[in-house]
Amino acid sequence: MFDLDGYAPIIIAGIKNTLMVGLSAMFLAIIFGLIGAWAKTASNLMVRGFANTYTTVVRGVPELILLLLFYYGFPQLVQDLAESFGYELTVDLNPFLAGTLTIGFIYGAFCTEVFRGAFASIPPGQAESAKALGMSEALMYRRILLPQVMFYALPGLGNVWLVLIKATALISIIQLDEIMRMAKIAANATREPFTAYFLASLLFLAITVVSMVGQHYLEKKWSRAGAH
Amino acid sequence: MNFDMLMSYTPRLLEGLWITLGITGLSVLIGLILAVPVALMRLSSFKILQWPSYFFVFYFRGTPLLVQLFLVYYGSGQFRVELTELGLWSYFREAYFCAVFTLTLNTCAYTAEILRGAIQSVPKGEVEAGRACGMSGALLYRRIILPSALRSAWPAYGNEVIFLMQASSLVSIITLLDLTGVARRIISETFAVYEVYLLIAGIYLAITYLLVFIFKRIEVYLQRHTQSMS
Repeated sequence: MFDLDGYAPIIIAGIKNTLMVGLSAMFLAIIFGLIGAWAKTASNLMVRGFANTYTTVVRGVPELILLLLFYYGFPQLVQDLAESFGYELTVDLNPFLAGTLTIGFIYGAFCTEVFRGAFASIPPGQAESAKALGMSEALMYRRILLPQVMFYALPGLGNVWLVLIKATALISIIQLDEIMRMAKIAANATREPFTAYFLASLLFLAITVVSMVGQHYLEKKWSRAGAH
Repeated sequence: MNFDMLMSYTPRLLEGLWITLGITGLSVLIGLILAVPVALMRLSSFKILQWPSYFFVFYFRGTPLLVQLFLVYYGSGQFRVELTELGLWSYFREAYFCAVFTLTLNTCAYTAEILRGAIQSVPKGEVEAGRACGMSGALLYRRIILPSALRSAWPAYGNEVIFLMQASSLVSIITLLDLTGVARRIISETFAVYEVYLLIAGIYLAITYLLVFIFKRIEVYLQRHTQSMS
């Protein structure tokens, strides 16, 4: 069914880049999410304001616009600024880097909400006992809160991952050789666009299924470990 | 690049906005109507009704919308002869039709899943009370189950509509001049990359929070029986 004049393996090979962008972006999103969740509960008004602006703006603007803004807008802005100071400068972003940063930044906002809920689910007695033992805030996060928060955040993070991996298809428009772009190349070369894109969609479906099985397994394993 | 110059593009931006809202509105409306039977099929006790609905929802929720758009817009070209015979080619040739077609199926799948959860969460007592009053089948659904399900599904449905409005920016990739498409066209004429994208981002932000506000107001209205009378 998927012959595509020998182009099928090329599309399948695109999985590697899709997963690399997806995993790097997810890692970044978790970091942004942890910082965001901490910032949203910070006592400093400005820190809180930043965190709220971050989640509000990111969730209110389409991913495509943010990606285009970052990939095309940011280098232009740097060039214009450099020019106004009298420098001649050409900035070109690497598609892998731009894609990973944008997707990580966007889904960091969703992770922020996940972690905020997860921190709120940790029984308050845990933080209180840490304080009673004289731990500083940093130590309390490292020893008490962070090890537990993952357990509460896992279902939410799993859902973020499932949405994130589908969002990586967007990066094909900035020419990164992931599943979608390889499918486009195959579609143009073989004149069988339906077959090519259908194969691409099945690959995404496969990633989704494997992720769901993995999430189920992790949740079972962690709920045993974290059974209180 | 000054903002006076940007202002001169207002009519074109308004046209783009109209296309964005039109595609979103049409897809949401048709998608919602189709989602009800899909959700009911999924909840049916007949396997032959369950499975098609299950696979439809699974496929459209498990693959990127961009792939679905390309599959319909570019993929239909592979079946040009067959579609012409059926008299459908003149539709699938149009980017606007393909956009609404794809977004409708996509939102239908997500909405069906939301509805399924909501129908399952309708309190048993309400259904039993309805039965005790002599209602059955369609009447029970119309008077008891669907209104109750709509209330509990409303917040999640609001999010879905907002996601779809934002996701409609993808139709610019299949050559449509929606808000994003107009922005890209203006940029190719003026090279004002970040100014235009920032402006467009602001417009999307405004539509998003306007929708959030509208859905919240309707939610308050739907939940009015739970509020105190004071």
